[in-house]
Amino acid sequence: MNVPQDLRYTKDHEWVKVEGDVAVMGISDYAQDALGDIVFLELPDVGSTFGAGDAIGVVESVKAVSDIYCAVSGEVVETNEALVDAPETVNGDPYVGGWMVKIKMSDPAELDALMDAAAYEKYLAEETE
Amino acid sequence: MSKLYGPCDTPGSTGIAYCEPTLFERSTPGRVGCSLGAPDVPAPAQPPTELRRAADAAWPEVSEVEAMRHFVRLSQYNYNIEDGLYPLGSCTMKYNPKINEDLCRLAGFANAHPADEHQGLLQLIYELQRDLAEIAGMDAVTCQPAAGAHGELTGMLLIRAYHEARGENHRNKVIIPDTAHGTNPASAAICNYQVVPVASNEQGILDPEAVAAACDENLAGIMITNPNTLGLFESNIEQVAKIVHEHGGLVYYDGANLNAIMGITRPGDFGADVLHYNLHKTFSTPHGGGGPGAGPVGVKEHLAPFLPAPIVVRDGDGYKLDNDRPQSIGRMRAWHGNVGVLIRAYAYIREMGAAGLRKASEMAVLNANYIRAALQDLYHLPHPVPCMHEVVFTEKDLPNEIATMDVAKRLMDYGFHPPTVYFPLVVKGALMIEPTETFEPEALDGFINALRKIHAEAQADPDLLHHAPHHAFAKRVDEVYAARNLKLTADME
Repeated sequence: MNVPQDLRYTKDHEWVKVEGDVAVMGISDYAQDALGDIVFLELPDVGSTFGAGDAIGVVESVKAVSDIYCAVSGEVVETNEALVDAPETVNGDPYVGGWMVKIKMSDPAELDALMDAAAYEKYLAEETE
Repeated sequence: MSKLYGPCDTPGSTGIAYCEPTLFERSTPGRVGCSLGAPDVPAPAQPPTELRRAADAAWPEVSEVEAMRHFVRLSQYNYNIEDGLYPLGSCTMKYNPKINEDLCRLAGFANAHPADEHQGLLQLIYELQRDLAEIAGMDAVTCQPAAGAHGELTGMLLIRAYHEARGENHRNKVIIPDTAHGTNPASAAICNYQVVPVASNEQGILDPEAVAAACDENLAGIMITNPNTLGLFESNIEQVAKIVHEHGGLVYYDGANLNAIMGITRPGDFGADVLHYNLHKTFSTPHGGGGPGAGPVGVKEHLAPFLPAPIVVRDGDGYKLDNDRPQSIGRMRAWHGNVGVLIRAYAYIREMGAAGLRKASEMAVLNANYIRAALQDLYHLPHPVPCMHEVVFTEKDLPNEIATMDVAKRLMDYGFHPPTVYFPLVVKGALMIEPTETFEPEALDGFINALRKIHAEAQADPDLLHHAPHHAFAKRVDEVYAARNLKLTADME
């Protein structure tokens, strides 16, 4: 599984990339692989606010429908609308083209609760044992 | 040629398979399927122009024989419980005795008007309420809910009404194990409850400690499916119920799998406050076309005042509808619910009797374990213990990257409906098999032999599985392409 070193991760398999006070979010390579071919995505409205752990969107594959959980609290400032027409991007390129939302963080200290790449790899090893 | 008629170029292994277009594609302007006489009463007043649609609805225009052929051909695509084993785990596709069909068509029932307090029908509903209460160990039953999830909604509204009547509106959390039915979280959320998931333990069942850790003063209740979706009996249920009750919560028991325990044990005796019954599973009424179903709800005495009104009660020597229920959550369904389904279920219970219902559960559990024992050397069993009415295998250890879906599709070539796949979600690549009690040993052996042959094929010729089915009407369907590229054949304007 591809686990980029410069990202942070949640237990629900979202990744976060920090760009100043904005957190860019998507789902991990493990998550896209577990879901299988993604056929539909529902992203939040720009301007809406979420708490850490809130369901922020929906990702649907032929196998299952899953919520996407917000990794950090804040306001949605941008969403990747291109994914709605090309959800397969999440399967092929989960970390770059497959980004889903950008959140202006209200409490950047919440980032400390997320896993770094090493911790996430260990978590995946335990999950898949 | 715009319409596809006649035999396909890729027929099934037996018989003739037709390519059948949708009725909308078959439509020919001006063609009709019936001829009505001239009206012999004055034409009714027409609604105001602004309320009428601008153009006629785009109904398909076909002759009677075209409509008939269309639906007969579609029915031939279908695999039904009269064809053979339909081992769809969690759905309980048991054979439905045909005498139930005769009885629900008795003129007295079939022609009854729901506004009449039809004594025979009220007596039947009353006795069904009583029998269902007895089977699950509950005190009162409503037959209104029209399906399992509708029963769940009813049950959760009852729990909400109970807490509110006690001035405990702050209770906003409902615990749901990860082995519960998928509809449970939705039912809790729709009643504005916050869902607190609790993971099952390594044995695939609930730990009382895990439930205790999730309990606090905001607990409204727990929704527990037992036997759970791994086909395992929640053997800690009594203790779990006690913990929930100690925190002031109520126990919602998803009775969809009641078919595994009839006459053996009763949810009401081990802590359930409210439960629903799936008549279309346990009590052998048809699932056809997604319904109609029936999901009666049973409650203990302390929830009875909140039941939907009306319920059927005794009235001297007769029966009546009791609408005088000031604490009722209100009506959940028009009239008496899906009465035809209630009649079938009543007929089934009467035919079977107490001993027969117990035997049905015993045979359902025995059949599932027969399949488990016959296949566990080839197919990975995440919980290698005796199961209840269904057994869950996984794709782990299958050779040559064979996935659950490949096995399911190949089963169709052997003439079986595939089992439930990729559910429950707590195990990866689940193959969830529920044979029910209604198949003879020869049918079970046929199914087992097919799965054993498929395992051998997986080793010798994996592509055979990757591209299965080969003998079905439709070959391997590209589900991803279909989901991403909808093909609309009707003009929906």
